[in-house]
Amino acid sequence: MFDYESMRLIWWLLIGVVAIAFALTEGFDFGVSTLLPFVGRTDVERRVIINTVGATWEGNQVWLVLLGGAIFAIWPSVYATLFSGLYLAMMLVLFALFFRPAGFDYRSKVNDPRWRNAWDWGLFIGGTLPPILLGVLAGNLVLGLPFHFDQDLRSFYDGSFWALLSPFALLCGVVTLLGTSFHGALFLKWRTDGAVHQRASAAIAVLGPMLLLGLIAVTAWVVLGIDRPEISQMLGHDAPSNPLNKTVTAVGAGWLAHFLSHPLMLIAPALGFVGLSLAWLLGKGRAMAAAFIFSCLGIAGMLFTLGFGLFPFLLISSTSPNSSLTLWDATSSHSTLLLAFWITVIFLPIVLLYTRWVYKILWGTISEKSIIKDTHSLY
Amino acid sequence: MFGDDIVMLSRMQFGLTALYHFLFVPLTLGMTFILGIMESVYVMTGREVYKDMTKFWGKLFGINFAMGVTTGITLEFQFGTNWAYYSHYVGDIFGPLLASEGWMAFFLESTFVGLFFFGWDKLSKVQHLTVTWLLAVGTSLSALWILIANGWMQHPVGSEFNYETLRMEMTSFADVFFNPVAQVKFVHTVAAGYVTGSMFVLGISSWYLLNNRDIGFARRSFSIASAFGLASILSVIVLGDESGYTSGETQKIKLAAIEAEWDTHPAPASFTLFGFPNQETQTTEYAIKIPYALGLVATRSLDEPVMGLKDLHAGSVERIKGGMLAYAELQKLRGGDRSEATKQAFASHKDDLGYGLLLKKYTPNVVDADAAMIEKAANDTIPRVAPLFWTFRVMVASGFTMLFIFAMAFYYCATRVADQKRWLMRMAVWGIPLPWIAAETGWFVAEVGRQPWTISGILPTHLSVSSVSSEQLWISIGGFALFYTVLLIIEMYLMLKYVRLGPSSLHTGRYCLEQSAH
Repeated sequence: MFDYESMRLIWWLLIGVVAIAFALTEGFDFGVSTLLPFVGRTDVERRVIINTVGATWEGNQVWLVLLGGAIFAIWPSVYATLFSGLYLAMMLVLFALFFRPAGFDYRSKVNDPRWRNAWDWGLFIGGTLPPILLGVLAGNLVLGLPFHFDQDLRSFYDGSFWALLSPFALLCGVVTLLGTSFHGALFLKWRTDGAVHQRASAAIAVLGPMLLLGLIAVTAWVVLGIDRPEISQMLGHDAPSNPLNKTVTAVGAGWLAHFLSHPLMLIAPALGFVGLSLAWLLGKGRAMAAAFIFSCLGIAGMLFTLGFGLFPFLLISSTSPNSSLTLWDATSSHSTLLLAFWITVIFLPIVLLYTRWVYKILWGTISEKSIIKDTHSLY
Repeated sequence: MFGDDIVMLSRMQFGLTALYHFLFVPLTLGMTFILGIMESVYVMTGREVYKDMTKFWGKLFGINFAMGVTTGITLEFQFGTNWAYYSHYVGDIFGPLLASEGWMAFFLESTFVGLFFFGWDKLSKVQHLTVTWLLAVGTSLSALWILIANGWMQHPVGSEFNYETLRMEMTSFADVFFNPVAQVKFVHTVAAGYVTGSMFVLGISSWYLLNNRDIGFARRSFSIASAFGLASILSVIVLGDESGYTSGETQKIKLAAIEAEWDTHPAPASFTLFGFPNQETQTTEYAIKIPYALGLVATRSLDEPVMGLKDLHAGSVERIKGGMLAYAELQKLRGGDRSEATKQAFASHKDDLGYGLLLKKYTPNVVDADAAMIEKAANDTIPRVAPLFWTFRVMVASGFTMLFIFAMAFYYCATRVADQKRWLMRMAVWGIPLPWIAAETGWFVAEVGRQPWTISGILPTHLSVSSVSSEQLWISIGGFALFYTVLLIIEMYLMLKYVRLGPSSLHTGRYCLEQSAH
């Protein structure tokens, strides 16, 4: 099971796991930040909201950093092409993320309403812009990005920032924001009581159906309106990584046909829709732990749907189909995949174990009373 | 291939964002250890003042840590956004090192930092102490992985070029991990971080003592900082990473440039203390030299010569010629000629391939370079001497000044008269910027001294950049300038606010400002 072909497949799965871990953990951090100015009206209410994630958001954000690092290590040409091609979009994500560490840590250090209000909006930007842009990115993964390689395998991007913002991609951005906000609202309702709890509950009731409708719209658009390329010829699955050694036809059988060719893959979208629907129905009631778990399953299902849909593509090129990157021709060397695999096998469980321990210690309902009691030590 | 402006702007952005990030990193490295020491004393003695010390210095650490996180993400993104060809070319080696940093270090520090701040009432004393130490270990592990990555850029070992994938691939993880340059760099850099934390605590404690505030609190902080600082600065100096400058051509060139060694002198080489390096005449004017010193420092021996720049330049010419041969064979391989003869011919020259790539700046085909182009490319391998010569001396001078401060502080603490030495405390306050000056000049020497390479001898800087436009670069540089300036002002404002408040900011009722105000 440790041959090159298997390792390439295992790493496709592991990067999916890291992406899902990022979406599930930082997803609710983002959502909580988006809801912050609306669900919290007074300073104490806003501190309740911030302190539901204040002690743990930094660990969650490492999943994003690790996702970047893992793509660099496993799919160097994806990392190079994606980050340099979407240069300004990546810079915007980065600048938006700048608001988060300072927002969480600095807000409560000065007792001036203008200062605190300014950071609340900073946290809002930091939690809202990244999911929109990452959603736009996901949309463009489906549409294909305009890039090509020259003979030295240097990647060139043939589009512009504004071209990323096509109607379909913008829809994906909005749906992703709805997803993080919904996920965040569930978390917030679970962890709080009083006014914040009530308003989070109201947000769940509204966001749930909007999210589901949005996902249906995206699905319909993909199935009916977007072409899917297909590989017509390539070297073996264990050949050295060189994306130019294959030919790709721009228009293949389509996304639905791709799923129907391996019907087991349909489990992913089914899990997505069922999970999020149950999360919405349960989230309106009291079974918050169950609602949150279903939301996690639903989000994981949606990300698997994206991954399965693209498989074996990682980045589709819309201008030079042969330059498209797949998990068979964009990976690092066999020995690097093995090295990174063993490091992950050892450290992933360790990280999960101590993260669980930290959450256990810090768990509990955050109330306005607890904020007032520890006013000098909490965020 | 790319306009010089793209290369210059990309370098400028990377240099500024990395140097800016390193304003916060060394303080994090040092403060976490000092917090661990203070809290250990608290757990062992049970005296509340040590808990207050951990909490108060922890507050200042927290303000700094947030900036470290903010500016660190930039670097994780920036290899891809601005150095895309570099990422493709060496991702096989560099990527797993960054990913390991994520698994082993970032998770550890970022998960436990929240518990450090908010776990005081939820954990037992020993549990909380463990959390603090895990935080400290996490930050130093982070330095370990990134310095192994940087050490590999300085002295690339355990890897080779693969003509089928057109990139470097790892051949031995052990060689990469135990790279002597990386190991020396790691010790040097983390110890410099510990010095930074110590100088910060020493300087601020001195300011409280000079103002007769919270004497017991400040005196204890002062003595911990003086002891830890002395041990750390000795590590920095004794294990100074100049000893890493003997492995590999580029490191040798860097060393010769730092010392303005134009000619190879018979061993043992003397050390140029001061002088004015002149790049045109290739001499150092008004040089003051210390006999034997350079040979001892650089080679740890009296009989090995230190190579001079003129000889190193001649070596570069030879390797560029070898690189042209390697490139010619590589073209044959890429054209489909996979005969054993071609493979062997490529294998025998491929160590010089990177030197061949230097010629891409002058002729895209490399193999048709004339003597003038080879000479130009060889000149590129010799960096500007004067900036390296001077920044290195600024770093060393800062280091020895701090050695004096810590040694005196430690001596007077041991003899219990530190409180009376107001001159020393004033010096400690004014000395607070020194570790930052040393760290920033140190990185300048290490990175500018590696030019014209991103990976020494393997990949030239001008080929490493992304295919982006100068407009895009100006927009991002403008964004960084704006955000980083505003954030720095905010951070300094908060830092000064909490330094002025001192331990009174803990609201325990035990410290000076609370007693007068409430």
